[in-house]
Amino acid sequence: MSNVTIRQVHKHYEDFHAVKGVSLEIKDKEFVVLVGPSGCGKTTTLRMIAGLETISEGDIMIGNKIVNELAPMDRDIAMVFQNYALYPHMTVYDNMAFGLKMRKFDKAEIAKRVNNAADILDIKDHLSRKPRMLSGGQRQRVALGRAIVRNPQVFLFDEPLSNLDAKLRVQMRVEIKKLHQRLATTSIYVTHDQVEAMTLGDRVVVMKDGLIQQVGEPLELYNNPANRYVAGFIGSPAMNFADTMIEEAGNAVYATNPTMRIRVPEQIAARMGPHKGKPATLGIRPEDLHMATGADPEDLSFDAVVEVAEQLGSEIILDLKAGGSAMVASVEPTVKVKPQQKIRLGIKPTGLRFFDAKTEAAI
Amino acid sequence: MIEGAIWRRWVFFRLPMAIFLIFLLFPFYWMIITTFRPDGELYIPWYRANYKPFWTWNPTTAHLKYLFGETTFAIWMWNTTFIAVVATAISLFCGVLAGYALSRLNFRGAALLGTTIFVTYLVPQTLLFIPLSEIIRTYSLGDTPWSLILSYPTFLIPFCTWLMMGYFKSVPKELEECARIDGATRWQAMLYIIIPVAVPGILSAMIFAFTLSWNEFIYALVFLSSPEQKTVPVGVISELVRGDVFFWGPLMAGALFGSIPVAIAYSFFVEQYVSGVTGSVKG
Repeated sequence: MSNVTIRQVHKHYEDFHAVKGVSLEIKDKEFVVLVGPSGCGKTTTLRMIAGLETISEGDIMIGNKIVNELAPMDRDIAMVFQNYALYPHMTVYDNMAFGLKMRKFDKAEIAKRVNNAADILDIKDHLSRKPRMLSGGQRQRVALGRAIVRNPQVFLFDEPLSNLDAKLRVQMRVEIKKLHQRLATTSIYVTHDQVEAMTLGDRVVVMKDGLIQQVGEPLELYNNPANRYVAGFIGSPAMNFADTMIEEAGNAVYATNPTMRIRVPEQIAARMGPHKGKPATLGIRPEDLHMATGADPEDLSFDAVVEVAEQLGSEIILDLKAGGSAMVASVEPTVKVKPQQKIRLGIKPTGLRFFDAKTEAAI
Repeated sequence: MIEGAIWRRWVFFRLPMAIFLIFLLFPFYWMIITTFRPDGELYIPWYRANYKPFWTWNPTTAHLKYLFGETTFAIWMWNTTFIAVVATAISLFCGVLAGYALSRLNFRGAALLGTTIFVTYLVPQTLLFIPLSEIIRTYSLGDTPWSLILSYPTFLIPFCTWLMMGYFKSVPKELEECARIDGATRWQAMLYIIIPVAVPGILSAMIFAFTLSWNEFIYALVFLSSPEQKTVPVGVISELVRGDVFFWGPLMAGALFGSIPVAIAYSFFVEQYVSGVTGSVKG
């Protein structure tokens, strides 16, 4: 069993409250990604699990044992760092063998494990080289190898791909995913890149200002964001937001502002009771917008002016101005528009989200 | 490199370089030529027709014979080596540990302590030797090598600590954290990871400390009195300058042989030394 339980964990620095009561249950063999902007407490949380930072309050359990006071070496974890942290004076082989040597494994066993890991990661040819002779991708493989030879209970990843170029990052992302499928070791992965979080995680934990905003499977986060922050953070291009007032007219509910009057779908309207007559933020993803045709009702579309059209081949990203607010729409590649052209955009009703203007929680 | 016309390269690179080199190397040349020049040529007035200060056609080893035969120069060399090596070893040991502690163990007042240690390095030796000589006398260490071995660290340890502190700060802390996750204790992480990585820094601290103690003059002059206890810088000056008579030949021979060990130390470690002073460790 190597589940990880984090219970009401706080981290205070002298004048900074970095983690404000994080609770999280990570199941055995699960791949959990902590994601958020820099300074959100995700790395601090990971370092507390690793034992590199003391825990100010709360408990962390690995397996069924509280590890608060255990030294990093006694927690049976392995960590991969952003800057690889390879020992520069040792060969690749010695880098991978170091942890085993420290734990007094015999030579034959060390050789077997290192060679096996080198096989998996395709770095067999580099075993006798020093880290400085390797490329960034190879170094990160060595760092991964160093983690897997020990066969630990938990893998911790601290932004391991941030130092790689875009193409390599995508490649290594796939490798890490494959590695997890093969080894099925509980993994906790920290990143600021929501694409990495969505593609890698069995579950994703969105953090901000030392607090967990939402925990869920990637699609759940995408489809049902708990608040405006998660909605804006997950998905690329990011969700569009518009400030509106909630009004009741006849037996329908509308979200209105000077440029749009959008009919709130019925299942959401049922929950709008306490928000009527109050401001609310309307959220709509770029991919839920399309060029309006005659079939689009008046109250599910709005006018906008094209500012820039980015042709990506598979789609066109339109940067628009709708009244005062900037909007982004992702439309069919066949659409022909020019800058400054006035267009009308239709909304897919299932794509509409509403957030309380004050608390920012989803309605 | 300077780019553009050939004359630019000469004016802005080669010529200044040549002047610089001559400026630096001329004292050594003068030392060597004086060592091998017979006395008859050494004390010739400058207005004589046969005055040739920069070259000699009658090289002699008389000064060397005098230096090694009539003075206790060999013993001075041994004294200097012994004192410099032991003082350097002590200072390096303390400096590496203190530098590590000040840069890595986040305890209250670490920064202040670091600064204070450096400030002690700035106290001039010409002031310190008076109280120190009192201490040396109290412990009856006068006229023994230990008077210097124990007083050199007063300025070598602050220096080594400061240099190592800077170097340890340039070693990514993840290296150590990774080692500790890998199963190393703090001591093991320091011994197997941090110190090997910091070798360039340690070497430059070593060369600096060795040179400083090799060349040190004032403590050696004050604390040592008998000729067979003296170090090279003091021995050469006190035994080869009698009254107002300078024995230039043996003096320069002594200076030449006195600078050879330092020159060798530098040339061996020059690469590590440069990377030690300029810092940077790549993972």
